[in-house]
Amino acid sequence: MKLGLFPGCSLEGSSREYLESLTAIAPKLGLELTEVPDWNCCGATAAHSLNAKLALALPARNLALAERAGITDLLVPCSACYARLMATHEELDRDEERKREIADIIELPLQAGPKIVSILDVLSTDGVAGRVSRPFAHRVACYYGCYLTRPPKLSTLARTEDPREMDDLVRAAGAEPVAWAFKTECCGAGLSITRTDLVAELAGRVLDDAERRGAEAIVVACPMCHTNLDLRRDAIDAHRGRRSRLPVLYLTQLIGLALGLDERALGLHRHHVPVRFRPDPQPTVAQEI
Amino acid sequence: MSRIGVFICHCGENIGATVDTAAVAAASADLPGVVHSVDYKYMCSDPGQNLIKDAIREKKLSGVVVAACSPRMHEPTFRRACQEVGLNPYLCEMANLREHCSWVHEQGEATTEKAADLVRVMVEKVKRNRPLYPINVPITKTALVLGGGIAGIQAALDIAGAGHRVILVEREASIGGHMAQLSETFPTLDCSQCILTPRMVEVAQHPNITLYTYSELERVEGFIGNFRAVIRKKARSVDESACTGCGACIQKCPTKKIPSEFNADLGPRTAIYVPFPQAVPNKPVIDRDHCTYYRTGKCKVCEKFCPANAIRFDQEDLLVEVEVGAIVVTTGYQVAGAAEFGEYGYGEYPDVITGLQFERLASASGPTQGVIRRPSDGKVPETVVFIACAGSRDAARGRDYCSKICCMYTAKHAMLYRHKVHEGNAYVFYMDIRAGGKMYEEFVRRAIEQDRVRYVRGRVSRIFERDGKLVVKGTDTLLAGRPVEIQADLVVLATAMIPQPDAETFAQKLKISYDEDRFLSEAHPKLRPVEMNTAGIYVAGACQAPKDIPETVAQASGAAAKVSGLFSKDELSREPVVAVVNRCAPPDFSTCVGCFLCESACPYQAIEHEEIRARDGSAIKTVAKVNQGVCQGCGTCVALCRSKSIDLQGFTNEQVFSEIVIL
Amino acid sequence: MAEFEPKIVAFVCNWCTYAGADLTGTSRIKYSPNVRMIRLPCTGRIDFMLLLQAFGQGADGIVVSGCHPGDCHYTSGNFHARRRWMLFRRLLEFLGVDLRRVHFAWVSAAEGAKWAELVNQVVEDVRKLGPYREFPRRLAAADSRAEVA
Repeated sequence: MKLGLFPGCSLEGSSREYLESLTAIAPKLGLELTEVPDWNCCGATAAHSLNAKLALALPARNLALAERAGITDLLVPCSACYARLMATHEELDRDEERKREIADIIELPLQAGPKIVSILDVLSTDGVAGRVSRPFAHRVACYYGCYLTRPPKLSTLARTEDPREMDDLVRAAGAEPVAWAFKTECCGAGLSITRTDLVAELAGRVLDDAERRGAEAIVVACPMCHTNLDLRRDAIDAHRGRRSRLPVLYLTQLIGLALGLDERALGLHRHHVPVRFRPDPQPTVAQEI
Repeated sequence: MSRIGVFICHCGENIGATVDTAAVAAASADLPGVVHSVDYKYMCSDPGQNLIKDAIREKKLSGVVVAACSPRMHEPTFRRACQEVGLNPYLCEMANLREHCSWVHEQGEATTEKAADLVRVMVEKVKRNRPLYPINVPITKTALVLGGGIAGIQAALDIAGAGHRVILVEREASIGGHMAQLSETFPTLDCSQCILTPRMVEVAQHPNITLYTYSELERVEGFIGNFRAVIRKKARSVDESACTGCGACIQKCPTKKIPSEFNADLGPRTAIYVPFPQAVPNKPVIDRDHCTYYRTGKCKVCEKFCPANAIRFDQEDLLVEVEVGAIVVTTGYQVAGAAEFGEYGYGEYPDVITGLQFERLASASGPTQGVIRRPSDGKVPETVVFIACAGSRDAARGRDYCSKICCMYTAKHAMLYRHKVHEGNAYVFYMDIRAGGKMYEEFVRRAIEQDRVRYVRGRVSRIFERDGKLVVKGTDTLLAGRPVEIQADLVVLATAMIPQPDAETFAQKLKISYDEDRFLSEAHPKLRPVEMNTAGIYVAGACQAPKDIPETVAQASGAAAKVSGLFSKDELSREPVVAVVNRCAPPDFSTCVGCFLCESACPYQAIEHEEIRARDGSAIKTVAKVNQGVCQGCGTCVALCRSKSIDLQGFTNEQVFSEIVIL
Repeated sequence: MAEFEPKIVAFVCNWCTYAGADLTGTSRIKYSPNVRMIRLPCTGRIDFMLLLQAFGQGADGIVVSGCHPGDCHYTSGNFHARRRWMLFRRLLEFLGVDLRRVHFAWVSAAEGAKWAELVNQVVEDVRKLGPYREFPRRLAAADSRAEVA
């Protein structure tokens, strides 16, 4: 399958292992990725709370560029970028006049725009299961966060309050997803810079529940979730007064491991919390919610 | 040649002070066709009316124009006066000189000129008026009541009590509806079944009531006073006349674990069953989807043990055709299920239940004999959280309306729980407390003050399970303005009252309208609350909008009173302002070309198809025909008709065009 | 020369606007006497040929008014009128009728003051436009070829 790729800033910076692991597994899963030429910021930072036109213009330019490059399906792995591009696509679709105004601002023509797909949309359980060489036989907590599930009318997931798509994918990779209650709770990313104390509290709760349910790792598909759970682990530990070494993996890394790819190629060494697993996981009883 | 009389009223000073009535009368006298024109102080007074009557007699008037107040005020008065002296009342028209002229314009030439114009227009119209006669429709004095809940029971008993025949149709195997499932009722806390079951028995025993349970409306046609309905009597697989209701079959049935609908899935039932012990009729049905015999071809245990030989495996659905004069729709409601609430666990936590399920837990006849035990492990919960407005007043879920009864039954549930579990903690999360009604607010206060139910104003964002408890996360927006987390053992959702799943197809079957929430729409929200827009069909209970038992019963009695009123006469008399399709000489017979645009435009389904046949019986063409019993006279069809073949009596094209031509 | 007094014909439904105009009367709200009302059961009854006829008869302006959407006494007559009006506008435009002379409005039985305002507004607007002689003239010219209505 041919796909356009919008990496966004995180995947070239703090979350480069997400992009590394994605590019590593893509050829194995038959995905051919073409980066959007000359892409710019998706506007997920301050733009969308400060300037409504800028909040539309930034993602719209990326859509227009993708369209010009002949991209029909655009993969947006970062869920914050994904949410911005989806929201923009939807609003411009709905409001022709707005669309003309924005096209004027970005000085690029914009027609229907490419179809935007998330990492969960693009990976198929069959595709993964058929290529697993080293089943990832561990209990994991699939953490979806907010951007893939909200607002519900934009989400492509079937059950936005208790989504299952990532659980199905990790199961296909040989892992055992735990049933837990914090799949879509807030990680505190909105306050990531301003109130790190609250981030520690909120991300700490997520970590708590994952540990309580016996997960050996948390799996994410969002750079923000990863940053807060991994990079801010010391702050969380200090806040909770105990040390946790529960690793946080990108979904693409977990699949990469199951496909037998090299840990370094998947960027596992870049994590703050070291990625180590017991060689032989203890069998545990699955809890069903 | 027309002989029109014009009568100008001064209405005391009301018209006389502004309009030169004498001048108007004089001007009118010169109009072609006018043979009599006078003005008088009060036309509506006895002497005024006598002026008109005398003129009709003496001058042999063929039409009358009374120029006075609004026709909405005195048209019936003057038409009656005309009728009394033998002039067809529809040959009398009014010109509105008061509300539309003297009261709204200054005294002067322009006003008098307008008054003269208004009279002239009406003279021109009345010249083209035709005598019209009230439309009489015979009435079949039998009512069809659809739905055997408390609304249908009340309506049926009231109509039957007034001496008319009633056919009561209930979809389930027993009448009783949701009220039979309830434990105690607010605000009196009297036992629901105790007050309901005597009425159910009364229905069964009433000589005027024919009861069809396990039956549904198949189709209906006809119009007010003259409906023909077909009822599908679903196969019970039991011969009702032979069955004694001994219950041996139920005891012996080997399929015992079907979730009981009556117990809101909290208890089991057998494949051959009566919904509940006090069922009316107390005759079982076989649930063919679950019965071992129907599934595998083997079993027939019930047949073997039936002492009355009443089991009929080969019984088929029976279609019964009935003729009725009125229909009362009392099809009730359902409650939204917990599965609708993703944030509360998609219905996957067994201890997150609906209010209706709590009713069964609290009911002495329920699966726990009235002991509050939670479904997962049967433990008596130490902490129960009640969540009001679950799915109601929630635009995100596409339901803006308030379900109206939840504030009250949530208070009742919390109260019942505190009465039964003295050490227990009861929390209620609410948006507002809507306790309008006799003794309702007092009831809620009692729950809060006397029974110490803790009310938390705020919404619950999520429920999840942790260490055997249900963690309820919400906010307290009233005092603390902080998030709250409660470790609960049982959560009761006051889920929204929703229409029956087949409400739309049912409404279409009856050709009655429904609103965007799929509740049935009454004819007028204030003044015609129990009538549907389709004449002869009435409504009561929660199929029209969420409501509680007292309101439902009141509405049902209201509908019954309407039906009894209709049945008090042998014939129905209606205003003849209705549409008619023209007929003319052969070979055309009618200018109607049979396009039936009128049919699609008619809001009342009053357009029928009629075949025009030659003398030898061969069809010439199909044309539209107006059912005058159904037509309400809006005239939309007239404006739409391409060939000008349909016209509205009283407002014909000829009349209206002539009004304009003379302007 | 006296000021031009426009002749306005109003087509109104019996249940909302006619009753609303009754309320204007009972409230004694004054308005311009230039309007003549034609009472019909429902705006759904208004055959738009009636409007052409009125212009042909020398009306300078026309008001069509009925119940608010959703309030129709006959459930949906006013919706039919509105839909038909959308089409009829184009036809009028095609015929060269000055659309500024036709006003479509909703006036309920409770809106007595609104009725007075509406009439005054239309009278003022039409007064500014001047007498409408063009349509009857053209109609007379066409009379030999075809008969309208």
